[in-house]
Amino acid sequence: MNKKFLSRLDWLSILIFIILVGFGILNIYSATYSEFSISIFNSGNPAGKQFWIFMISLVLMPFILFVNTSFFEHLSNIFYGISIISLIGLLFFGQKISGATSWYTVGGFSFQPSEFAKLTTALLIATNLSSIQTDIKKVKDILKLFSIILFPMFLIILQSDAGSAIVFLGIVFAFLREGLNMKFLYLSFLSSFIFVLTLLLKPLLLSLILILIFTTIYRYLISKFPKTNKSPFLIVLITSIIFSFSVDFIFNTIFEQRHRDRFNVILGIETDLKGIGYNINQSKIAIGSGGFDGKGYLNGTQTKGGFVPEQHTDYIFSTVGEEWGFIGSSILIIFYTFLMLRILSRAEKHTQSFPRIFSYSFVGMLFIHFLVNIGMTLGLFPTVGIPLPYISYGGTNLLAFSLMFFIYLNFDANRLN
Amino acid sequence: MIRKNILFYFTLAVSVIFICQLIVLQLFKSEYSERSLSNATLERTVYPPRGLIYDRNGKLWVSNKPVYDLMVVPENLKKFDTVELTQNLKISKNELIEKIESAEQFSKKLPSVIERQLSLSEISVIQEKMWKFPGFYFQKKTTRDYVLPIGGNILGYISETNKRELEMKPDYDLGEMIGRQGIEKTYEKILRGKKGIKIFQKDRFNRIIGPYEDGNYDKAPEAAENLTLTLDSDLQNYGESLMQNKRGGIVAIEPRSGEVLALITAPNYNPNILIGRDRSKFFNKLVADTISKPLFDRSLQAEYSPGSPFKLLNALIGLQENIITPETIFSCNEGHYYAKGAFMKCHNGIGTKSNLIKGIYKSCNSYFAKTFVRIIESESSPEKGIDLWKNYLTSFGLGNYLGYDLPIGKPGFIPGSDYYNDWYPEKNWSSTTVISNAIGQGEILTTPIQMANFTAAIANRGFYIKPHFKKSFDNIINDSLYPVKRTLIDSKHFETVIEGMHQVVEKGTARIAKINGLEICGKTGTVENFIRLNNEKTQLTDHSIFIAFAPKENPKIALAVFIENGYWGARWAAPIASLMIEKYLRKEVKRKWLEKRITEGSLIAEYEKPLLGKPFNINE
Repeated sequence: MNKKFLSRLDWLSILIFIILVGFGILNIYSATYSEFSISIFNSGNPAGKQFWIFMISLVLMPFILFVNTSFFEHLSNIFYGISIISLIGLLFFGQKISGATSWYTVGGFSFQPSEFAKLTTALLIATNLSSIQTDIKKVKDILKLFSIILFPMFLIILQSDAGSAIVFLGIVFAFLREGLNMKFLYLSFLSSFIFVLTLLLKPLLLSLILILIFTTIYRYLISKFPKTNKSPFLIVLITSIIFSFSVDFIFNTIFEQRHRDRFNVILGIETDLKGIGYNINQSKIAIGSGGFDGKGYLNGTQTKGGFVPEQHTDYIFSTVGEEWGFIGSSILIIFYTFLMLRILSRAEKHTQSFPRIFSYSFVGMLFIHFLVNIGMTLGLFPTVGIPLPYISYGGTNLLAFSLMFFIYLNFDANRLN
Repeated sequence: MIRKNILFYFTLAVSVIFICQLIVLQLFKSEYSERSLSNATLERTVYPPRGLIYDRNGKLWVSNKPVYDLMVVPENLKKFDTVELTQNLKISKNELIEKIESAEQFSKKLPSVIERQLSLSEISVIQEKMWKFPGFYFQKKTTRDYVLPIGGNILGYISETNKRELEMKPDYDLGEMIGRQGIEKTYEKILRGKKGIKIFQKDRFNRIIGPYEDGNYDKAPEAAENLTLTLDSDLQNYGESLMQNKRGGIVAIEPRSGEVLALITAPNYNPNILIGRDRSKFFNKLVADTISKPLFDRSLQAEYSPGSPFKLLNALIGLQENIITPETIFSCNEGHYYAKGAFMKCHNGIGTKSNLIKGIYKSCNSYFAKTFVRIIESESSPEKGIDLWKNYLTSFGLGNYLGYDLPIGKPGFIPGSDYYNDWYPEKNWSSTTVISNAIGQGEILTTPIQMANFTAAIANRGFYIKPHFKKSFDNIINDSLYPVKRTLIDSKHFETVIEGMHQVVEKGTARIAKINGLEICGKTGTVENFIRLNNEKTQLTDHSIFIAFAPKENPKIALAVFIENGYWGARWAAPIASLMIEKYLRKEVKRKWLEKRITEGSLIAEYEKPLLGKPFNINE
């Protein structure tokens, strides 16, 4: 039985997981390296801490693997509840680190409940969505599912950690997989499209352009299919215009300047290289200067010079880019992508929906991290401070995402039971 | 079904986009790697230490020592304790604030100098506390260290290049040290070396955190060459001490090689005052002294009438032109009438009959006046006569720049027919009109180094080698750089004149210059001189002059000594020359009493006379 179980484990994913974390520790060491750096394994430096967290997670691994799958299903409510309480508790006992009140600090250890909230929310969503009573087509159930996500998001935004909150939206990919109306996807595309264009073009001009596009399409359709109903067009058009103006209003009055700046720099509206755009620019310089084969481990001049802020956490990918070059950074992306795709394709093999939904939620969140973090580091995305799981420095993040990975392994190995 | 694959394709698409962006950033945009270099590295020019300067005996004369400029990068400034900084560096608070403000105007990111050339001892206390003063740092530079504090006039000095100069000298950096005068200027190329580049890794605060790529891309500076001078520092030092409280110059040359052994101008200054933070203060003080003119190198730049030593040249021309022979005798009656109603005085008594040798050691004005007149009149016209005479003198290096390797000098002056024709448009001048030239007065002007040079030519019996200050070690004198320059006088004519010079010291006008056991040849001079004082031509006390070489056979040193307003030649110049010879040839001066008299003797009172605004007597 045991032997059988071991043979059913997704060893390839485990190998990639270990490679990713190990590579991450190497790069954390480099990003924080100085002449006086102590050993990579010494917990006195970030790389050492990360190493020991990794060791702890490997110790926890067998326990997670041998727990019965239903354990997670039945206790998901309690786990979620504990997460929510710990998030609320932050509002009173939280420790403020770099602008966000997301940490409990006890005796030198910092703990970030929002990372575990990702795990528990994914579990609760999987439990709820897989339940026979839930129908993703029903508005009531959709609202219930979204509120499970939005509640922790709301608490995390209260800690001014909007970046971490965004990650929860990755779970929506699981909803889509399980039958959420595709209009949600189209609408979110359209709205983000209008959002960006509003910032670039101003709402009035954008409205005129939208009217032009919609009427052209409508006329074309009328000429081909005379029976085409025009009311959906009108509704979408008017909603879009209203949305555009409200985006403009929210952006200019509700957003703070630092938020505006981040969008402005990424959209090329502002090019203040030493000011707001400094991080992105330095990160691009670091990556760009890596060239094809990189400057070599511990030899990145940008990295050594500390030009890229938060380089061992949110900007770890720029160290990879500088020191390992195109080869190293593209291999990292390929490995990372391979891991996500492998989990997804194996999740599809589940006959039960609970493990599948969990795996989708897990990969959905991993995907958001991947998209936002590397996108930001490459200058394709506004600065949103979230780490790259397994690679970035951050104990709670590593632990939470390792546990999620182990739970996936558990589900995957027990698929045939 | 598409639904299943949404996240799958999203992930795939995003990865592809990321890799495309990596291709753009890492494989196509070289601007980023260049930006990274300028961003993360710092190029600092490394100046090789300036070449050392040695004297002819290998004694270290000029070396280098570190000085520190206090620099500021305004961008990095934070609040700091001004009192602690200003007290330690002895600068005023207002000055500091002013300098920081002007640095900010210049550039917030680039370093500016706050205080220049602080010595190690001046910064040692504050250096350990520099962490308290973010934005400030010390930049090490090297400056000269004059191990032997002598010869400032020869060595020149170095100072920082300014913006205006850089247009002319593109391979210099702003503030780089450049030789300004003297040896430092002439041999700038040798002494400077070739600067290198050192690339440092810096962090985002512009702090240097180590060498870039272990220094693999650095360009090492090429070491400067050291320079050995022809000068004998002991002799130079000795000459400078003899010249205390006097004005004038001493030039000593090794006749055989043209190597300058000593070049003394007085008053002089200690070259060490022209380094360090007070350099400009002292320099301005030297410039402002327009009365004793310490920056004016009298040995190279002062044009004086040569006086009686010039008689030797007239004698040689007379001999060469067969106008006189060694046996030619002229008589003198405390002078002679060289024209109707025109009398030239002489200190020789009535009825003195002199042959050439006696004429020289008695320095008989009449003898050489008559010789000179005959030279001029030997040609069909005074024009031709004077040009013939000038031609001979030119061959001794007179009337033109000598071409030695120091950047300053004066040509002196030897009048020719064109000069007198300009002066007397009716051409009604004759040999007697220009007769003052016979005895080294009149229109002729020579610099002390020119006098030393013709003395060397006499010592060499008819040739000289361009005086120079850089020693060449191949010991070949006849190389292209220093060719033998023959005078137009046959060498056989020199023996008589040299014998006359020997007698000058043995029993003539300069017996004080005699050194037992050494055959010294010399010639005194006493030169009348005038200045304009309150718009009136006023005569001052005569200049005291002596030229000499020794030993008589196979001479090792030839020199000219010029003491302004020192009265007659034997009073100051001859003993100084004699002491110099003794110092150089014997290494030790035994005549302490003479040395004491000269060293302690002062002519300051003499120099002050015309400045006091009262009538004064001369030649006391």
